[in-house]
Amino acid sequence: MISTLPRPVWLRTATALYVAAFLVFLFLPLTTVAVFAFNNAPYPAPPWRGFTLDWFVGNAGNGRLGLFHDTELLGSIVTSLIVACWVTLLSVIIGTANSFLMERWEFPGKQALSVLMLVPLVIPGVILGISILALSSRIAELADSLFGWDLDFLRPGLPLVVAGQFSYVATITTLMISARLKRFDRTLEEAALNLGASHAAVLRTITFPYLRPALIGSAAIAFLMSFENFNTTLILVGNDAPLTVTMYGRMREGASPVLNAVSLFLMLASAALALSLLRGSKRAS
Amino acid sequence: MSDDPMALSLWRRRLVLTWLLAPALLWLLLLIVMPHSDLAVLALRRRVAPHVYEPSLLQFKTFFTEPLYWHVFVRTAIMSALATALTLLIAFPAAWIITKVARGRAGSLLFVVCLIPFWVSETVRALGWLILLRETGVLPALLVKLGITDMPVEMLYHDATILVGLVYTSLLFMVVPLVNSLESLDNALIEAAYNLGAGGASILRHIVIPHAAPGITAGCIIVFMLTLGNYLTPTLLGGKNSQWFTELIYTQFIVRFNWEQGAAFGFLLLGLSTAMVAVGLRLSGQRFVDVMRRT
Repeated sequence: MISTLPRPVWLRTATALYVAAFLVFLFLPLTTVAVFAFNNAPYPAPPWRGFTLDWFVGNAGNGRLGLFHDTELLGSIVTSLIVACWVTLLSVIIGTANSFLMERWEFPGKQALSVLMLVPLVIPGVILGISILALSSRIAELADSLFGWDLDFLRPGLPLVVAGQFSYVATITTLMISARLKRFDRTLEEAALNLGASHAAVLRTITFPYLRPALIGSAAIAFLMSFENFNTTLILVGNDAPLTVTMYGRMREGASPVLNAVSLFLMLASAALALSLLRGSKRAS
Repeated sequence: MSDDPMALSLWRRRLVLTWLLAPALLWLLLLIVMPHSDLAVLALRRRVAPHVYEPSLLQFKTFFTEPLYWHVFVRTAIMSALATALTLLIAFPAAWIITKVARGRAGSLLFVVCLIPFWVSETVRALGWLILLRETGVLPALLVKLGITDMPVEMLYHDATILVGLVYTSLLFMVVPLVNSLESLDNALIEAAYNLGAGGASILRHIVIPHAAPGITAGCIIVFMLTLGNYLTPTLLGGKNSQWFTELIYTQFIVRFNWEQGAAFGFLLLGLSTAMVAVGLRLSGQRFVDVMRRT
């Protein structure tokens, strides 16, 4: 029942219990991961054997390789960051172009194009991955057999990972930026043009400043989506694995607390990103 | 034309339109339309000799004649449906409390708190469940300590474990559309029904559910699609005997290099996903575009 209606005691108790159970369910896995990053034991499992920072800084005495010395994990974080930067850059630029196209222009086939733009969201990530892999390999083989060209970027590797993630992240940025552009009051642009401003000046001084919150927000979401992507990446990955794929591989071998350590950093980074976005959106509105 | 300040000359308009259309078309043609057409060609051909292929439905025949394949397919579909239903059951009260019960800032605070775990990578969330549930993990140890079981029990590698992981991963995608649709429900309607003597169940059935139907459908469609296409959670939390259909696709494509079979599996998964989306839309009488915008 809603808050303005009388609620019997049992219902109040049940509600409180439900909220408590729900919060435990949400945060139990994450707190467990965080806590066991500091456990002084070779496996992330109970019992608690005391506090240690070995899994971060390493310990030559017992042969523990801490996160800060684990070159494979650190390298995969760098790989993830590079991929995420490319995906963010591409999908925000294309998303902006798409928003102007769909909100400002009329052309034949616009309806069909707007539906097609949503399609990447309903295709499972694994299938996006295999379809792009199939086509690019086919083109690579064709180029090799016809012209003897070795098109390395069409083989599994980071360029394909970027393409695969971009293929659906672009839909999300398009939706986010379009939503803001739709609410824009075009009389502002008209006024500026009437006062003699050039089209470029209007875009630079009026339209883009207005779009800024959506551009920043969609960039953050694109970055996060790319950094956390697993399905598409797993199919298209070559020799340099991004962080999610490296972590998955290690988890299949049996998790070591180094993974907890890197997870803790991921949680802190996500929380920082979420909070700064939330604060930014409050200031904008 | 010339006295309209918004107007560009005709050729400049054409130029701008071309420059705006080009990236969209390149993106959709190169990364969506052409790859999937190629996948369709792969799925519908058969190798008869090196570099010689002929059109064939062999891959689809293999799927139906090999019990392992369609068992996994059906299992994946049923588990996804179950996970979707469970997610709805768990998310609905939460969305209700956020929008209708909590007063003032408590509701929006609870909503933000709900979203936080989903900013963290799915890999991390799966690691959490792994540490909690495996035989040497936290919960089995806790059960022994409380005297409920004598020995630590293996809680991983069951179907129920996969469900827990999938529900956990999907909650956000159900809570957000539910909160959006419940927010627009006028409290006065509920108060009026209550004053006229309606009970909780009757209010839920005649007022709340009809009003929230678009949100419920949107949430269910998204959650079903995401669970069906999930790979990480079922492979890490499930056992060797509980394969997910995406694992079969991965195995055919990456491990066995049987791209024709993998492509056919891919289309079967895509077909199931599309069919469920269509059924969901038909049941609720909504348009695809509106559902996608809602979430």
